[in-house]
Amino acid sequence: MNRKKVSLRQELPLLVWLVFVWCALWQNFSPGNLLFGALIAVLVARVFYLPPVELGGRFNVLRAVPFAIIFLGKVVAASFQVLYLAVARGPRVVSAIVAVPLRSHSDILVTATGHVISLIPGSLVVEVDRSTSTLYIHGINVRNAEDAAKLRKDVRDTEAGLIRILGTKEELSALTQESAA
Amino acid sequence: MNPETVIDAVSAVFMVTGALMSLAAAIGLLRFPDLMSRMHAATKPQVLGLFLLLTALGLQMRTWWVWPVLLVAWLFQLLTVPVSAHMVGRAGYRTKHLHPELLSADELEAVVQQAAAKRRADGDTGR
Repeated sequence: MNRKKVSLRQELPLLVWLVFVWCALWQNFSPGNLLFGALIAVLVARVFYLPPVELGGRFNVLRAVPFAIIFLGKVVAASFQVLYLAVARGPRVVSAIVAVPLRSHSDILVTATGHVISLIPGSLVVEVDRSTSTLYIHGINVRNAEDAAKLRKDVRDTEAGLIRILGTKEELSALTQESAA
Repeated sequence: MNPETVIDAVSAVFMVTGALMSLAAAIGLLRFPDLMSRMHAATKPQVLGLFLLLTALGLQMRTWWVWPVLLVAWLFQLLTVPVSAHMVGRAGYRTKHLHPELLSADELEAVVQQAAAKRRADGDTGR
């Protein structure tokens, strides 16, 4: 098996997450359980090896908190919109499949953007073109080109928010240049 | 008004709203015309619905150590919902389970046609 060597620093977020899940499931955060959880986490990460996720090397917590709050707000608003559409529009609802080219080519950002977009009701990723990092999104209640442009802008804004949280330095500087222009 | 009443009132509101989201999913499944718009109704309101129900549960349990479990439960839901929605939506699109007359635009179709034409030109018959 061809294994890429993973540094501890790269593996740390995964280990912390595994220990957290372990302790949450036992509902016990005592030092003994933490230690045992850490042991199992290391063992699991060694035995069930997965290719490491290539992170950008930075994570901006100050940007992440407002992003999470805005995300929750969008989920609430869109959930009620879907409820309204189901009741009022029903079988006559008009949708569209919109192609949205993304800025970033990193797998983690394309995945994260697709995830966030899919979680907000009203949009669904149908297809991903990895070579051009284009998302094909099925949007509900997209009646004309104007709505499609709005959906496209929403997705690109979400991506911009994610780049500000965990994008690489290059992507971040490209983004600042773009928004300054 | 004592804090107990406030907590009870908040969890009651959360539970009813969470249940309303399940109702939204059911209505959407019945009323929406094709597979992909049904996917919107079936999967998405649960992100909020589950969040509200779990929060109400956490408020009622009155012990801090249930919060991590609830958080893990919600996060796993967040991780898996888009994947299943994407897989079903993708399969639905490929097997043409959609009503083209209900789409105001389809920017994927041209790409699919192009890929199919290219494959035919290459003399490849599918496999």
